[in-house]
Amino acid sequence: MLAFLRDRKVRGYLFQLITITIVVAFMWYIGTNTSHNIAQRGIKTGFGFFHGTAGFGIDDSPISYTPSDTYARVFLVGLLNTLIVTFVSMVLATILGLIIGVLRLSKNWLIRKISLTYIEIFRNIPVLLQILFWYNVVLRSLPSPRNSMSFLGKIFLNNRGFYVPQPAMNSTTISIIIAVLVVIVFVFFLNRWANRRQELTGEEFPVLLTAIGLFVIAPLIGYFVGGANFDFSYPHLRGFSFQGGKHYYPEFVALTLALTIYTATFIAEAVRSGIEAVKVGQKEAAASIGLSGYQSLKLVILPQAIRIAIPPTINQYLNILKNSSLATAIGYPELVTVFAGTTLNQVGQAIEIISITMLVYLVISLVVSALLNWLNFKMKIKER
Amino acid sequence: MAVYKKIEPKSAPSTSLGVVHWMRENLFSSPLNVALTVLGIALILWVIPPFVKWAIIDGHFKGTTRADCVGDGACWVFIKMKLSMYMYGFYPAAERWRVNLAYVLFITVVLSFKYFKHALPKIIVTVSYFIVAYILIRGGIFGLEGVFYNKWGGLLLTIVVSVAGIAFSFPLGVLFAFGRSSDLPLIKSLSVTYIELIRSVPLITVLFMSAVILPLFLPEGVTFDKLLRAVVGLIIFESAYISEAIRGGIQSISKGQYEAADAVGLSYWQKTLLVILPQALKVAIPNLVGIFISVVQNTTLVMIIGLFDLLAMVQLTSSDSHWLGFETEGYVFVTIVFWVFCYLMSVYSDKLEKRFNTSLK
Repeated sequence: MLAFLRDRKVRGYLFQLITITIVVAFMWYIGTNTSHNIAQRGIKTGFGFFHGTAGFGIDDSPISYTPSDTYARVFLVGLLNTLIVTFVSMVLATILGLIIGVLRLSKNWLIRKISLTYIEIFRNIPVLLQILFWYNVVLRSLPSPRNSMSFLGKIFLNNRGFYVPQPAMNSTTISIIIAVLVVIVFVFFLNRWANRRQELTGEEFPVLLTAIGLFVIAPLIGYFVGGANFDFSYPHLRGFSFQGGKHYYPEFVALTLALTIYTATFIAEAVRSGIEAVKVGQKEAAASIGLSGYQSLKLVILPQAIRIAIPPTINQYLNILKNSSLATAIGYPELVTVFAGTTLNQVGQAIEIISITMLVYLVISLVVSALLNWLNFKMKIKER
Repeated sequence: MAVYKKIEPKSAPSTSLGVVHWMRENLFSSPLNVALTVLGIALILWVIPPFVKWAIIDGHFKGTTRADCVGDGACWVFIKMKLSMYMYGFYPAAERWRVNLAYVLFITVVLSFKYFKHALPKIIVTVSYFIVAYILIRGGIFGLEGVFYNKWGGLLLTIVVSVAGIAFSFPLGVLFAFGRSSDLPLIKSLSVTYIELIRSVPLITVLFMSAVILPLFLPEGVTFDKLLRAVVGLIIFESAYISEAIRGGIQSISKGQYEAADAVGLSYWQKTLLVILPQALKVAIPNLVGIFISVVQNTTLVMIIGLFDLLAMVQLTSSDSHWLGFETEGYVFVTIVFWVFCYLMSVYSDKLEKRFNTSLK
């Protein structure tokens, strides 16, 4: 009997059996408790609440929304706002992080120290504290709409938010967008063609210069082809508040600023470690076979540095997504604020609502992880 | 025989020596660098002097009332008068010595670690410290007046939540890390599901879950304190991150170590505890400290579910009708406290990394 227990395989099965028994028993225990509690407290179950009327207003909504809309619409507004603030912060944090990361390796001592100070200061302050600081201290101390700070009389900043001119969605705007999209696709294929040609013949094609040129010329062409008429809607003061233009609410501005500044420190570190990880020998080898500075950067250093820097950077993008939920502290109407917050308070179906909220983040994270794995696979150095 | 006099080497030209040379190399080596230096100096001048003027030169340190703060400078009198709120929350003033004693004991325990050679006495001392500290702060027995959780606040609450979060999520994280690297398919898939599920959702949803759903899971009549619920949420969340850091350490251990442990006849638990875990932890230390720093930062989220931690104290104290309008000072003070804690931890992690770096050069 005891000898039988000494068999490794048997013990493995036994151990798993014990574990699964405990897990199932635990699940059953909380399951019965929960159903009992739900019945006791008279909480409704199911997803019928989605059709109920929300009855509360949301200021900052990318789609049309009124208090008489349903909770399903609230969910959609929250989700869209989450995605918008994540996307904007992602783009800004990448730009700032790249700049700081490169400056961290600058030959200039002062600049190196300033970037290091920036990183050490902002990554050691909780992001929620930063959000509250921007919202409660900086943005609140801005002047009232009457005495707004204005730039060129077109852009306004005050304690109600940030106002910029917005072009109307007319033929000019659309043709410019189309022009930019066409250029992006064109440059992508041009780059592939140029790389293949270089591998075959050694001849170089100035892709970067062409791309820069196209990005300047194509929107210009689009502007004139589309009728050269932006038809801006300018913000202007009417009574006590501004009308027209694009209005960014202080909640959005505070959240974006805090997420950008906080996450940029981590992206900067990723960029720096990526560049530093390329061995000196690689740079020397590139120089010794006669590559120019730009060539060695493009063909030798960056491909290796990017491979190291991309996974942690994408992790930071996921962190932005997750940290955007802190908006609930300042009331920016994203998923957690309007759905796991207000809707939960009104409907009271905690299990359903929190599960759905978690599921949304889970799905986005899984999709991004899958993309990351695919990217890693694509970028893996092909050895023999 | 010719006699050659030794000629002393000429000193380097003044352009390649001293401050001027250093500045030329490091600040003004190219037009771009000159521009960057000028920009950098402008940035420093734009940020630092106004802050120093506001915080120190124009700052008010003396006095006890709002009337002592006149002019534009920072009103540190506000922090001074509210310091006990920031430090202890609503903890009764007569009992605060107990909290201070717990802090002193903590430092004593950390310093005493030097004199223990083995891990076991360290663990025993640490565990008994936690019990003693809990009894000291919570009270209710040995003639100590009971101080209920809702009286805890400020830095005390932040420290309690951080320490409890780290202390309990660490063993749980180790468990899940070994679960994930186990050969047993069931154990492995359970661990993977848990880790990936928790890691892809925001902490605030986990806290909401433990605040709102956890009471539903318990039998009727059993209630959970708010603070305990927050700590449970934090432990559930952080253990997933800790386990990933430790798994990174486990994966870095070469197969030879496992085989050698098997060859000398160690059992699974001996192999795990004596061979694998010590080496895995050593590799994982930098990442672990990074996670501990984020635990400290994440404790601020408990204010969203209604606890009064250090950050929540800013809003609470600045809504006092005698002291309206000093939020800025509060935020700056709390920022400094958090920054010092997190920065010291990151410096300590660098030190540990160097000390544990036993790899051959």
